Amino acid sequence: MTQSLRTPLYDLHVELGAKMVPFAGYDMPVQFAGIMAEHKHTRARAGLFDVSHMGQVVLSGASMQAIATAFETLVPMDVAGLGEGRQRYGLFLNESGGILDDLMFANRGDHLFVVVNAACKGADIARMKAALEPDVAVTPVADRALLALQGPMAESVLSGLNAQAAQMRFMDFRTLDLDGVECWVSRSGYTGEDGYEISLPAAAAETLARRLLAHDDVQPIGLGARDSLRLEAGLCLYGHDIDETVLPAEAGLGWAIQKVRRAGGAREGGFPGAGPVLAQIAEGPARRRVGLRPGGRAPMREGVELFAAATGGDPVGRITSGGFGPTVGGPVAMGYLPVGLAAPGTEVFGELRGKRLPITVSALPFVAAGFKR
Amino acid sequence: MKYTEEHEWLLQDGDVVVVGITEHAAEQLGDIVFVELPEVGAEVSRDDEIVVIESVKAASDILAPLDGEIVEINEALTDNPGLVNEDAQGDGWFFKIRPSDLSPMEDYMDEAAYKDFIG
Repeated sequence: MTQSLRTPLYDLHVELGAKMVPFAGYDMPVQFAGIMAEHKHTRARAGLFDVSHMGQVVLSGASMQAIATAFETLVPMDVAGLGEGRQRYGLFLNESGGILDDLMFANRGDHLFVVVNAACKGADIARMKAALEPDVAVTPVADRALLALQGPMAESVLSGLNAQAAQMRFMDFRTLDLDGVECWVSRSGYTGEDGYEISLPAAAAETLARRLLAHDDVQPIGLGARDSLRLEAGLCLYGHDIDETVLPAEAGLGWAIQKVRRAGGAREGGFPGAGPVLAQIAEGPARRRVGLRPGGRAPMREGVELFAAATGGDPVGRITSGGFGPTVGGPVAMGYLPVGLAAPGTEVFGELRGKRLPITVSALPFVAAGFKR
Repeated sequence: MKYTEEHEWLLQDGDVVVVGITEHAAEQLGDIVFVELPEVGAEVSRDDEIVVIESVKAASDILAPLDGEIVEINEALTDNPGLVNEDAQGDGWFFKIRPSDLSPMEDYMDEAAYKDFIG
């Protein structure tokens, strides 16, 4: 059995009474005070998340233009058009257009800074090295932690350490001095709230985390609430809502592929899976990721099969993530349905413990985003 | 009060036994958001799965600890499943069962044995 890895904040989590669980090869905190309380605290004030298990990678080369041109062969995003100090959501795709991972990338002036999912980081780094080296160097950043400070009070908390934090807009990316430490800060996150993600030297992580947690508005938040927050925000969890069998358009992620990379764009195609991905955008997908509101109080979780009618018929889709939404105050889920059943307000049924229970297709997100655009 | 290895508590009240889950179990489950109870009048057998508890984390089943008839359920849990977290061994009870035979109560742990069991 492989020893679980630990983030630089492991000792702090244990000291704070976290319940630790194995996740993507790491021992991670699933909860501190309790998932419900942590979730509500993040929506009301600010939560501090340890996301150091995620993969941080620097792509460097002769020029930003050269790096962007190379990276555009791997992702269907407009990389060359991304301004300095800006971040964008991205996707790695296979030759069929299936999603291999989702990621964030930022133009840092002379390099791209990429953040990928923990469970995929080995494969992602290998994929980038194979495709980009030797012209573009792919350097995993192993010596930095990653924190997320999320919630409506995140701005006031972080600007207490550096006033520039308040000047950033959603998806801005800057180097900020926080308590004497060089931090790479983006105004983004994965909770649907305003907030920041902060990359900083591993050795400085615990001190900064304690400094943030000392603020009255900040509580530590575990993976459990991270999951319920992103679900209410309608954000995809890789390996659940999106995977190699799902193309961007049917996942509702077509917006992430900018016009310049689409049919008729100046840099159309030229990425893995371009044929099927652009065809699905042009023709419209046969199925779509949708929001789902189970009618009763019982949560419907991943794997629950969806039916068009209360009795009979084959499954028409499946729930890909679901649970209780503490802010919504009831069960929420996402899943895939044929486009004919995907309009908000449509009634479908989910089979739970042998009973078909009504579900209403719902617009996403379930909770309005609090981004500072 | 008696305790099962499934972390239920059983409190005999005349010919009826009140059943819930222990504080320890409620704490392990985390925030409880849904409880599905059996129907009043249902005849159940020991080890039947008769209650479903959903916490923010996962679903769990509760087994009937005795053979018998369900005579009352805690309707308050339908609207306020969080009662189980607030008062697992009081207001957060699940159901009352009239056992066909009370003697199997003796199979279950007393408080000291349960405390040892959960360590």
